Amino acid sequence: MNRRMIFSVVGKMVTAEAGLLILPLATAVLYGESCAWAILQTMLLALVLGQTMVLLSRPKSRVIYAREGFCITALAWIFMSAVGALPFVISGEIPHFIDAFFETVSGFTTTGASILNDVEAMSHGLLLWRSFTHWVGGMGILVFVTALLPSVSDRTIHILRAEMPGPIVGKIVPKAKDTAMILYKIYLGMTAVMVVLLLLGGMSLFESLIHTFGAAGTGGFSSRATSIASYSPYCQWVITIFMLLFGINFNLYYLLLIRRFRSVLQSTELWTYLAIVVVAIALICANIRDLYSTFAETLRYASFQVSTIITTTGYATTDFNLWPGFSKGILLLLMFVGACAGSTAGGLKVSRVVIMAKNVGRQLRQLVHPRSVTAVKFEGKTLDDQTAHGVGVYLSVYLFCFVAIVLLLCLEDMSFTTHFSAAAACFNNIGPGFDLVGPASNYDCYSYFSKFVLSIGMLLGRLEIYPLLIALYPGTWRKKS
Amino acid sequence: MNIIIAGCGKIGSTLLRNLVAEGHNVTAIDDNPAVIEELNNIYDVIGVCGNGTDCDTLAEAGVSEAELFVATTDSDEKNMLACFLAKCMKAGHTIARIRNPDYNDESLGFMRQQLGLANSLNPERLTAEELFNILKLPSAVKIETFSQRNFEMVELLLREDSALLGMSLWQLRKKFPARYLIGCVMRGEEVIIPDGNFELKAGDRIGLYAAPHEVQKLLKMLGLLQKQARSVMLLGASKIAYYLTQALLASGNRVTVIDKNPARCAEFAEAMPKATVICGDGASQELLLESGLAHTDAFVALTGMDEENILISIFAESQNVPKVICKANRPEMATLAQKMGLDSLVSPRDTVANILVRYARALENSMGSSVETLYKVMDGKAEALEFFVREDFSHTNIPLKDLKLKDNVLLTGILRSRKAIIPSGDDVLMAGDRVVVMTTGHRFQDLSDILR
Repeated sequence: MNRRMIFSVVGKMVTAEAGLLILPLATAVLYGESCAWAILQTMLLALVLGQTMVLLSRPKSRVIYAREGFCITALAWIFMSAVGALPFVISGEIPHFIDAFFETVSGFTTTGASILNDVEAMSHGLLLWRSFTHWVGGMGILVFVTALLPSVSDRTIHILRAEMPGPIVGKIVPKAKDTAMILYKIYLGMTAVMVVLLLLGGMSLFESLIHTFGAAGTGGFSSRATSIASYSPYCQWVITIFMLLFGINFNLYYLLLIRRFRSVLQSTELWTYLAIVVVAIALICANIRDLYSTFAETLRYASFQVSTIITTTGYATTDFNLWPGFSKGILLLLMFVGACAGSTAGGLKVSRVVIMAKNVGRQLRQLVHPRSVTAVKFEGKTLDDQTAHGVGVYLSVYLFCFVAIVLLLCLEDMSFTTHFSAAAACFNNIGPGFDLVGPASNYDCYSYFSKFVLSIGMLLGRLEIYPLLIALYPGTWRKKS
Repeated sequence: MNIIIAGCGKIGSTLLRNLVAEGHNVTAIDDNPAVIEELNNIYDVIGVCGNGTDCDTLAEAGVSEAELFVATTDSDEKNMLACFLAKCMKAGHTIARIRNPDYNDESLGFMRQQLGLANSLNPERLTAEELFNILKLPSAVKIETFSQRNFEMVELLLREDSALLGMSLWQLRKKFPARYLIGCVMRGEEVIIPDGNFELKAGDRIGLYAAPHEVQKLLKMLGLLQKQARSVMLLGASKIAYYLTQALLASGNRVTVIDKNPARCAEFAEAMPKATVICGDGASQELLLESGLAHTDAFVALTGMDEENILISIFAESQNVPKVICKANRPEMATLAQKMGLDSLVSPRDTVANILVRYARALENSMGSSVETLYKVMDGKAEALEFFVREDFSHTNIPLKDLKLKDNVLLTGILRSRKAIIPSGDDVLMAGDRVVVMTTGHRFQDLSDILR
């Protein structure tokens, strides 16, 4: 276990966070808000803390293995969330640390669950920070730093693999640094296009930034209490489409850029994802057609809600709590499916669902023809047993964690729908659930203990469970293995 | 530079390691998923699992973007086909490993031309050449040549009884005034670029840098010359042994080859009628002694097993064979063997990797960096870089003693219009020169980088 390397990288990450805080600081200064001091103090603190960690743990060797990758990822996310919560606490806008931690974790993990009763009373600087965490967390904090800093180690792939979602994580070009760079360039390009489109729709620059960050990271923090409902249908459509786009595997965009169109068109995951979206929209449209006056309106509400849930963003244009049970059921299912692997979204991921379905098919066929030899194919390639098996194991771990979170929440006296949907919404990084935590309300109704549990749930969901579990497992840290 | 390596066995993965360390974008192709997985975990490369002679696999690896394509699968024919396809798919330079002696004769040029190969690699022949060089000058642990053979660096081991022990380099220079330099010294695991106050100790491996025609004279003067080998015993009738025997016989040596496989012995005897071929187990000390191990000038262990080579070499050393050379492929084995007292070790993998890295450097040079050639010396722990002094270099015509060089940097050679100069403090650099710079721990892109 190369502990020095772990803490050295985490130290660098905390230092980098000071750099990230420049954007909200500039905003706060621009609006002449007092939270600028709180941000500045946090920056200094992050610099001191980060550099101390780097200086105290000069690595003797730069070799890392998979477990170091997991630990780096888990610790970096925890440290960055803790430091990122400080501006809220110092400025007094969210006085309690656990509340602020919940809010920041929700930001970095692109969940979008909030404990704020009155969003509109927040200062612009901190609102921007809250949404900016979505943007950074969406593509991955460590991926971001890998893209910017000179190579930390030859084996950066272990860090990327631990942070990037999906059952199979590969690079798109030979060097990890270049891969991270390309991903961020695509991400930045799409973000810029979206900001411009929202500006054209009449949103102010501040609001279009907030909502673009939210959609790009598939997070869901808004600057208004009513989320997206008060904006024009044009803006709602722009956000709907971009949420769906950010839910697609970014490797496909790279393939588009290098003109390998055939590979994009042959992507099983992409087509399954789009098929799920279209079917869900059609079913919900049929189910809620009596609630709204025109078909255009019905279609807009249905598609917005479907894309916000499947991409695990968590914006809302209407209170879907009031929809009929069938629509709510579909949305709840979509919460678990999530979008494509290699995107900024949470959830189980479409690719895993596809592989699981194929595994089930194989098992059934094997029961009918016990001696048959079969192979599971995915994206044109035969899946090795380890990956196919890994998906099954992941589902089990996923369910265990989910059940544990629900159980811990049930200690509180609220409806089971609330607990269940809160756990699902946080664990899958969506944001709003049903009942008391629905789109029109927030998570302030929970106690500090439950908020902490949910924060951990969000981290588990974003990092796909293993990094956090491995960092918590004492055997990992033992000196003698 | 974009480089694709098809076939990642022993040679392929060593190449890959060296090229990644050079900062190239490397894509690995292998048909074994486990190999790809392993490479992906250890190095910053992208792996494509598939057949290197399949166009789809090549396209997936991005062969049209590759400036260099190297095929090192276990089959010569596959390598040729892979390179041919890669060339057809617009790869820049292609290099195939071709090691079958049948292909490595006059027909090779024709084949290279027809297949569009930029170069072919024959690890066995390259290793044999290296071995032959050492046997010519047995006091050396290793010999490297630089700048089209205008300079030579002889790696020597200072034994307990050497007269040079305890001398500092400037004392040495005073006592033996001649044109030479000690470019680097390996002490333990560490390689040092020495200055004038550096004192020599027993066990040091020194890199003596001089013009090739002066090396013999120089070694004689320093009392380090050992007489040239006349009779050589080879263990293992491998391909390396074949090429080496060919060269040794041509220069009038007596060669004895031992192998336990009768078929191989017969084949070898047929190809090399002048050599004595003995069929028997080389691990048997009795057999070795009977074959005249104690009276031979040099012993080279070339079996396929590193462990066997090392142990038998140690036995040969104990029989006071003047020169023992051991082939060890795995780098960790070589380190161990050195600790056990074997000084001359040859690794085919490193030999090939060295040549290919040099090739990649030269290729890259035509697109930017001004390092003409790069040589890895002292087990890859030090580098000798060759630069061209351009018109715009700011420090021409200044005596070298007045140049402020960075730490661990030494100017070891100047080539001025075909004249090789081993520089002293009063020499100057002039535009149009080629210089060789010895260094550890730096990565230079330009000649001005060596200055403080």
